[in-house]
Amino acid sequence: MTPRKKRFTMIGLGLAALGIASALVLNAFNSNLVFFFTPTQIENGEAPKGRTFRLGGLVEAGTLKREGDGLTVHFVVTDTVKRIPVTYKGILPDLFKEGKGAVAQGQLGADGTFVASEVLAKHDENYMPPEVAEAIAKAKKSGAQSSNTLTMSPERIKP
Amino acid sequence: MIPEVGHFALILALCVALVQGVFPIYGAAAGSPVLMSMAKPAARAQFLLVLIAFCCLGYAFAEKDFSVLYVAANANSKLPLHYRLAAIWGAHEGSLLLWTFILTLWMMAVTLFSKHLPEAMRARILGVMGLVSLGFLLFMLTVSNPFERLIPAAPDGRDLNPLLQDPGMVMHPPMLYMGYVGFSVAFAFAIAALLGGNLDAAWARWSRPWTTVAWCFLTVGIALGSGWAYYELGWGGWWFWDPVENASFMPWLAGTALMHSLAVTDKRGGFKVWTVLLAIMAFSLSLLGTFLVRSGVLTSVHAFATDPKRGLFILVFLAIVIGGSLLLYAWRAPRVGLGGGFDLVSRESMLLANNVLLVVAMGSVLLGTLYPLFLDALGLGKISVGPPYFDTVFVPLMTPAIFLMGIGPLAQWKRASLPALAMQLRWAFGVSVGTALLLPFVLGKWTPLLSLGLLLSLWIVTTTVAHIRERVSHLVGNSLLSCLAALPRAYWGMVLAHCGIAVFIIGVTMVKGFEVEQDLRMNVGETATIGGYTFRFDGAQEVKGPNYIAARGIFNVTKEGREVTMMYPEKRLYAVQNQAMTEAAIDSGLLRDLYVSLGEPLEDGAWSVRLYHKPFIDWIWGGCLIMALGGLLAVSDRRYRLAWRRERAEAPEALQPLEKGAA
Repeated sequence: MTPRKKRFTMIGLGLAALGIASALVLNAFNSNLVFFFTPTQIENGEAPKGRTFRLGGLVEAGTLKREGDGLTVHFVVTDTVKRIPVTYKGILPDLFKEGKGAVAQGQLGADGTFVASEVLAKHDENYMPPEVAEAIAKAKKSGAQSSNTLTMSPERIKP
Repeated sequence: MIPEVGHFALILALCVALVQGVFPIYGAAAGSPVLMSMAKPAARAQFLLVLIAFCCLGYAFAEKDFSVLYVAANANSKLPLHYRLAAIWGAHEGSLLLWTFILTLWMMAVTLFSKHLPEAMRARILGVMGLVSLGFLLFMLTVSNPFERLIPAAPDGRDLNPLLQDPGMVMHPPMLYMGYVGFSVAFAFAIAALLGGNLDAAWARWSRPWTTVAWCFLTVGIALGSGWAYYELGWGGWWFWDPVENASFMPWLAGTALMHSLAVTDKRGGFKVWTVLLAIMAFSLSLLGTFLVRSGVLTSVHAFATDPKRGLFILVFLAIVIGGSLLLYAWRAPRVGLGGGFDLVSRESMLLANNVLLVVAMGSVLLGTLYPLFLDALGLGKISVGPPYFDTVFVPLMTPAIFLMGIGPLAQWKRASLPALAMQLRWAFGVSVGTALLLPFVLGKWTPLLSLGLLLSLWIVTTTVAHIRERVSHLVGNSLLSCLAALPRAYWGMVLAHCGIAVFIIGVTMVKGFEVEQDLRMNVGETATIGGYTFRFDGAQEVKGPNYIAARGIFNVTKEGREVTMMYPEKRLYAVQNQAMTEAAIDSGLLRDLYVSLGEPLEDGAWSVRLYHKPFIDWIWGGCLIMALGGLLAVSDRRYRLAWRRERAEAPEALQPLEKGAA
């Protein structure tokens, strides 16, 4: 091979490899994006059916129920305007508490219950996941606040 | 008084950094020996000043001086001393101080081990490091001062986040920062070379040990973080592709590529421009990582409350450092030259392919980490990128890289023969493919990934044996042992580091393939069996710690009727922050870990419990340690010391005689 040919082969191979790699990366990327939705958005039908997404908001006080097996839990996530019931089987993270922010990942069932495969821990008592703080702020701004969904005063929410 | 001394020391350090960043670089350009000679004393003075500041903050923590805002926010009178000291880097301000301190530590090291460097080179290197440190000091003094007073003083502190009250906190951040900041030396070398316009093999040989040492620290730092997450978070996972982990992994990937590219520049004078770009990349990613993690854009334990002024400062600083060095690169790189040519099949081409794969992998992590942040910043919705993305991308990218890793050390520089390589490696190939196909059946389970993982690790080991044999066959010696001893340490370092990867892959493969995880409810006296081990829950009792109370579960573990161990996982409640914490109980072993953690108390003394059986998981961190040891062994090679001694006598020019050495 002449040096010229050699260089072209190398550049060609390099570009091909890079092309394959980027195709691979972008494909994997596209199929693994997890979107975040607030209870209001889900109620409005914005959340996809049959695809995993994240739901964030406050765990409504007094809604945490445990089934007999000690592992399956039910609770309600709210952005102070709309509420979504959630089911999760497994051990909840240490910082999961009623009245505090939480993010759950899973799918929306046919009956409107969110079936969580994962409940994400936050790491600090006073720390509100930014997604949750924003969801609450958005809901407050946009929504007529229905008093029956609100079990704690928004002033106590430290963003 | 003491905090003010610390604050004042930082201000002085800022002045010194300004001097160090301006005069030596100007002096190197103007050819003024007086100005250039200012670099060394300035760097040492800066080290002393930042050390004083660091000690002052440490003193404030040790003495529980709650009139210092940072101390009051991150410590408590009941917090034990070692955690009070670790709390220095427990939050934003202090961790920046640690960063700066380690930067000056590296500067100090450069002043000590740079006698062989030309005066202008040293002046430029220290000057660049001074400029970086200037940025950090300015940041601390303007928007992130660790010595800020709290008047009136708090009666007691808010305590350190319980998650951070762990031996991991004492080791992980300093190690990680040693790695991050260590790349600043490689970066400074690269910028100095661009400024000076001469980038030869000697330059590469000087920067190689620095890069390798930084890489070793980073490897250990990441491994420590991973191990910490494994036992502290209580979920038994060791890597979550969390943005924070990615932030430390990206510089590692770039640094790994840099080490290999430096090898080519050192031995063959090739890849010069690419090496410089990688050095800039590695340090830029370290900076990006530090700031991503510490600025609060990411939701994580590492993120702290944010202040928009800080965010702005960080963005501007990043833009100046990264943008400035890339501009300089674009302007000066063409002068540096390309270096020698090589064939399509040669060690150079394989190292190049390895570099491209590592950088593509780094790019894919960068995409997965930053894309959600960009979308969010533009107000286009909130997304996150799931761990499956990284898994699906990494396996196909790393598979060819590891395949090449086996061939590369055997291939000749400049031109290698494919048939000859195939001849040399046919045994290695046969043995690894055969074993990888059969072994899963012996273990009782077959999946494609299991076979692939075993194949890759066996391939590394068998090809390593093949090239050790090949090298020994060229040596004339009395016995095999003396032949092996005659091989240079740099070579053994490479062998060790590559074997570390093999050990790591075995760990990952076995854990992914055979781990058993079970969440269940256990009544007192109830038993559960996983992975051949029977766990009996003997109830939980209350215990008191210095700043927490805990429920301690008692588990009796037996295997085939014989008692193995007792395990005591805890659920702690830290009083000050009213925060619950899970302390898993782990019984480690060479071949398996048993892992028990408490979930929540249920009625009648029952608990929800996690029981895990994790085969070979310790190999993951063991592999990382072996990699780091390999790096250290390579650095101790006499060629670096010899080169130093020789160059002190002669002019630092000539290319090292072409030996078929370690890459």
